[in-house]
Amino acid sequence: MAQMADDGGGQEKGKGKKRAKKGMPHVDMTPMVDLAFLLLTFFVLTSTFSKPKVMSLVYPAKPKGPVELDGTTQINNAVTFLLSDDRIFYYEGAFYTDGNAKGAPNTVLLETDFSAGGIRKLLTNMNRFVLEKKAGYDSELNSKQIADTTYLRKVREAKADIKALKVLIKTDDIATCKNFIDLIDELKIADIGVIAPVDIMQSELELVKAKTGK
Amino acid sequence: MAKISKPKSSPTVDMTPMVDLAFLLVTFFMLSASFRTDEVVQVDTPSSISDKIIPENVIMVTVDPKGRIFYGMSGNDTLKTVVLSSMADKYKLKLTKEQYSEFAKLTDFGCSMSEMPAYLDMGKEERKTFVEQGGTKGIPADSSNNQLKDWIHFGNIASLASGEKAYTKAKEAGANPEVNDFKPKFVLKVDGKAAYVYAKHVIDVFRDLNLNNLNFVTSLEQDPRQTPE
Repeated sequence: MAQMADDGGGQEKGKGKKRAKKGMPHVDMTPMVDLAFLLLTFFVLTSTFSKPKVMSLVYPAKPKGPVELDGTTQINNAVTFLLSDDRIFYYEGAFYTDGNAKGAPNTVLLETDFSAGGIRKLLTNMNRFVLEKKAGYDSELNSKQIADTTYLRKVREAKADIKALKVLIKTDDIATCKNFIDLIDELKIADIGVIAPVDIMQSELELVKAKTGK
Repeated sequence: MAKISKPKSSPTVDMTPMVDLAFLLVTFFMLSASFRTDEVVQVDTPSSISDKIIPENVIMVTVDPKGRIFYGMSGNDTLKTVVLSSMADKYKLKLTKEQYSEFAKLTDFGCSMSEMPAYLDMGKEERKTFVEQGGTKGIPADSSNNQLKDWIHFGNIASLASGEKAYTKAKEAGANPEVNDFKPKFVLKVDGKAAYVYAKHVIDVFRDLNLNNLNFVTSLEQDPRQTPE
């Protein structure tokens, strides 16, 4: 490969200078390539690309003293979800047991599942008020009739409206964290503004146990 | 037919473009890499559609599938040392200088205060096997001995104090900082398979301290509203 350069004219010979080699000098790059790929492999394997994401949830402040319920508390557009091990039950409105003051029939638990056809469809139906309003604001935003800030404010207002769906979440002893987070996730997909994880009542727990048989 | 003469010397391949590419990729990965933090337990977090990135300044409580509680916090060595010394004072524990500096290196830990000196004396790998084999029950959080509450409480105080300093510093530097960026955020990292009652217990501890805004660590999943049907 490397060849001795021809001797030039007599002048250069006299100075004793060597002429540069002609053509590209070949450097063996194999070790460098090895190293480069080694480093590459190392970084590919050790790096974690996606930083973990967080889902925020604001809990209600704990009441200072015991809360007295006077029975006149109205529950508007509320649905209660009861979570058990990978199963999800719900009932709408207030909870009625035998011999309740209003004489309403006993609450019956309905069951749904975590699939798109289950809970997602259910919530979309129940929360139609907010979703329809939001769709209206969306188109207004897209046609630039309202500003971003106005849009966010209006959506927030719609979510806090008395007609918007409110959700209570109760869990039994065998529900997993995945069930809980999945449910919260579905609620966020359905644009539900008021989410309240609360303690399960004994009477509700009994109904769930009767359903699951555990 | 003309004969095609084979070159006598071994064919040289010009590797320059390949090397260029290799180094380009190396540079890219080096700069974009955020290394996996060395946590004592690996938990498998559930997924959600939330795309909010985990905040910088956090107090993180981890719940593993067995329901054990681990505590970790972001911040520099001084901050962690302050928190540990407050805890050591409260639980009347004497720790050496080495143990303090060892504690500052930990991303998270899960042991009671009585186990703490032995836990800190362990090596990194030793600690991992200790936790894996169930040598510790995690940080106690029952009502009679609620050490988790103290950890969160002292962590919050120390983090707020250092956050305040950073805030005034940023303000003096002429920036217009957001106060909330300097306050610690409370993050809950729960394993999907862990029973919710364990997580609920931790949430109740936070709520007892009047810290009601919690964040759950989740992995990202596709938002079904954005997929065309």
